[in-house]
Amino acid sequence: MKRVLLAALLALSTLAPALAVQPDEVLPDPALETRARAISQELRCLVCQNQSIDDSNAPLARDLRLLVRDRLKAGDSDTKVMEYVTDRYGDYVLLRPPFKATTLVLWVGPFAVLLLGAAGTFLFLRGRRGVAAGADTAPLSADERRRLDALLRKDD
Amino acid sequence: MRRLLYLLPFLLFLGVGVAFYLGFERDPRDIPSALIDKPAPTFDLPAIPGQPVQGQLGAGGLSSAKLTGDVTLVNVFASWCIPCKAEHPVITRLSREQGVTVYGINYKDKPEDALTWLSRNGNPYAAIGADQDGRVSIDWGVYGVPESYLIDRKGRIRFKHVGPLTPQVVEEQILPMVKHLRQG
Repeated sequence: MKRVLLAALLALSTLAPALAVQPDEVLPDPALETRARAISQELRCLVCQNQSIDDSNAPLARDLRLLVRDRLKAGDSDTKVMEYVTDRYGDYVLLRPPFKATTLVLWVGPFAVLLLGAAGTFLFLRGRRGVAAGADTAPLSADERRRLDALLRKDD
Repeated sequence: MRRLLYLLPFLLFLGVGVAFYLGFERDPRDIPSALIDKPAPTFDLPAIPGQPVQGQLGAGGLSSAKLTGDVTLVNVFASWCIPCKAEHPVITRLSREQGVTVYGINYKDKPEDALTWLSRNGNPYAAIGADQDGRVSIDWGVYGVPESYLIDRKGRIRFKHVGPLTPQVVEEQILPMVKHLRQG
């Protein structure tokens, strides 16, 4: 009994992410619908900004989902549909920002900081090894050498 | 020299801190328009159904053809939108006293609601297009009403304001821009 219940719960949990996509929006052609879903997941809802239009229940998100589907039905390719939306709302609607001049800092910044840190660490460690190897200490004088020898011999 | 090097991380931290602090001042809802300096989208919207034609401002619908010739302001509004009511006196003043032609796009509104709203609050629009399914507004990049667009004489979008127009925005941004665009 327990097992059946658990199985039922698990089965239910796969349905849990309540869909914002309404039944009347779904395209009859499953291949087109799959493409529409994939595109919608890449597009930011401008009303609730951290959701994709696929997740959002905002009226504008619904309008944009319908628009994406209309463009697909009209025969647009996936990139064409994306272009159609970015032409109107700018790169801001893309949840994955494109790599270009204005987003250079965003994409390259973390690696630049990492490199800077690595260079800093390298220089710091090299400096310390220099100290340990006695690079900047004077060699022992004859007098010091004699005293050291005396001390070492005492132990034997 | 060496002491300055020890100060470096602190200075870096200070720089990042200042950048983040300034970030707080920015409104994340204010998304830069992709359409600035581009021609206004081509569209042809019908008038609000049921709007009396004779002797009434705002009759005849709105199309992109009307947006050339003079500097105009296109205002996207709806009767269900509370900030639209707040900016209405500002728009009325702009149209009746400050000499700017204002066109309206009525966004996803019930015709009877829109007409009631206009007769109650006054109609400052030289023409209104009814965008009932919101498609034309998507072409304009509208993501929240009210929004206002300043169009130059050649029909290009030159300025966009998201949210209600305030007297301050009109005085400091809209009117100087209108003056500049009329000369150019």
